[in-house]
Amino acid sequence: MVAMVSKPHGGRLVRRRATGKRLEALREEAKELPKIELPYDIAVDVENIANGVFSPLEGFLVQEDYLHVLYDMRLSNDVPWTIPIVLDVDPDEIVGVKEGDDVALTYNGKPIAVMRVEEIYGWDKKEYAKMVYKTTDTRHPGVAKTLEKKELLIGGPIDLIDHIESRFEKYLLWPEETRVLFREKGWKTIVGFQTRNAPHRGHEYVQKAALTFTDGLFINPLVGWKKKGDFKDEVILAAYEALIKHYYPKDVVVLAVLRTAMRYAGPREAIHHAILRKNFGCTHFIVGRDHAGVGNFYGPYEAWDIFDEFPDLGITPLFIREAFYCKKCGGMVNAKICPHGEEHRLKISGTKIREMLKKGEKPPEYMMRPEVAEAILRFDNPFVE
Amino acid sequence: MSEDKVTIKISKDVYEKAKQYIEKYGGFNSVEELVEFVLNEALSEEQGEAQRVYSKEEEEKVKERLRALGYI
Repeated sequence: MVAMVSKPHGGRLVRRRATGKRLEALREEAKELPKIELPYDIAVDVENIANGVFSPLEGFLVQEDYLHVLYDMRLSNDVPWTIPIVLDVDPDEIVGVKEGDDVALTYNGKPIAVMRVEEIYGWDKKEYAKMVYKTTDTRHPGVAKTLEKKELLIGGPIDLIDHIESRFEKYLLWPEETRVLFREKGWKTIVGFQTRNAPHRGHEYVQKAALTFTDGLFINPLVGWKKKGDFKDEVILAAYEALIKHYYPKDVVVLAVLRTAMRYAGPREAIHHAILRKNFGCTHFIVGRDHAGVGNFYGPYEAWDIFDEFPDLGITPLFIREAFYCKKCGGMVNAKICPHGEEHRLKISGTKIREMLKKGEKPPEYMMRPEVAEAILRFDNPFVE
Repeated sequence: MSEDKVTIKISKDVYEKAKQYIEKYGGFNSVEELVEFVLNEALSEEQGEAQRVYSKEEEEKVKERLRALGYI
């Protein structure tokens, strides 16, 4: 019996990595092509596209798809897609480039992909911010980043010709690899967990609640640009290694990173995160309270409600309520299963945990496992500056 | 030809279209690779199989990397 992992989004796992003779030819061609230098966040997304993480996207969005995603949260072929994956350029970067041309996409001056320019078009950054982030307030980190972007967008398919080395190479898996891995493990149901945090007891609670009725847990921390005060990527990985070693049964967890920027787009990003994990082969996805939120820009359960608009998503969202420690129950519980009053409940606050760790203190055990806290405190400064 | 391969015939017209498709979109190294992919997709749909089907060589490469990284 063959294990059944989730079908890739849009039906087919995209692979746009050039190989063999084509790779050689494209590398030669890239030397002569007009070049567009990419920032790190976009360069890693090129690799995500090429390796199927963003299936069914084959490249950066052309205008028709861009507008559909912006206003309908779907591609023009009606497949759900909520975050526009776009490449912004300044007009002087593409002098002489016209639709139908090939360009080389470079990172640190080195060509990493060849792109067929299908379309060059203008965009309204404020409108993007309003639709994607539901605000144009520049205190929102995603809005601020969007408004700094360049004036034009170019869309078209890409072919990857080089890999961008990662500090976390050991943890870097692509969907075709996780799909084989899950099958090798005999997992038929896999729950994906998105994170940008070191794990506290609340995270462990929701993961284990989900694991109770799935075969495997795919912990997939996002590494890349994060805002000041967030945990550094290496800290998150060390903290998870400690948690898995001491508190999870052998062979029920896979820990691998996803290189892409946090957008802090709340509900839209919750759908985006679910789609990406579907491509990795997950059948279920844990959606947190205020998932991918920032400040008070989104309601605490907006990221749950949005899933009602996508009955055709192809991955099952799991809405597990926030956990707390109940002194009367004597363990981690949530509001749905604990009858006791607020006076018995000890809430787990991520902010409080970070404050304690900043001072070099270990948070109490009901908030964070001691082994996890120790792993974090081994770093001189565990937070993004 | 390796023992686990067989020869099939397709119309020249489809062959040419497949060749043009590869030239335009890339992603495949040969018409043979494209045909095998499309057939696998169609058959896996039919069987309700949810994952991409790899060639033996591709899958072995993936497994090698997973072993080297300690995942299996």
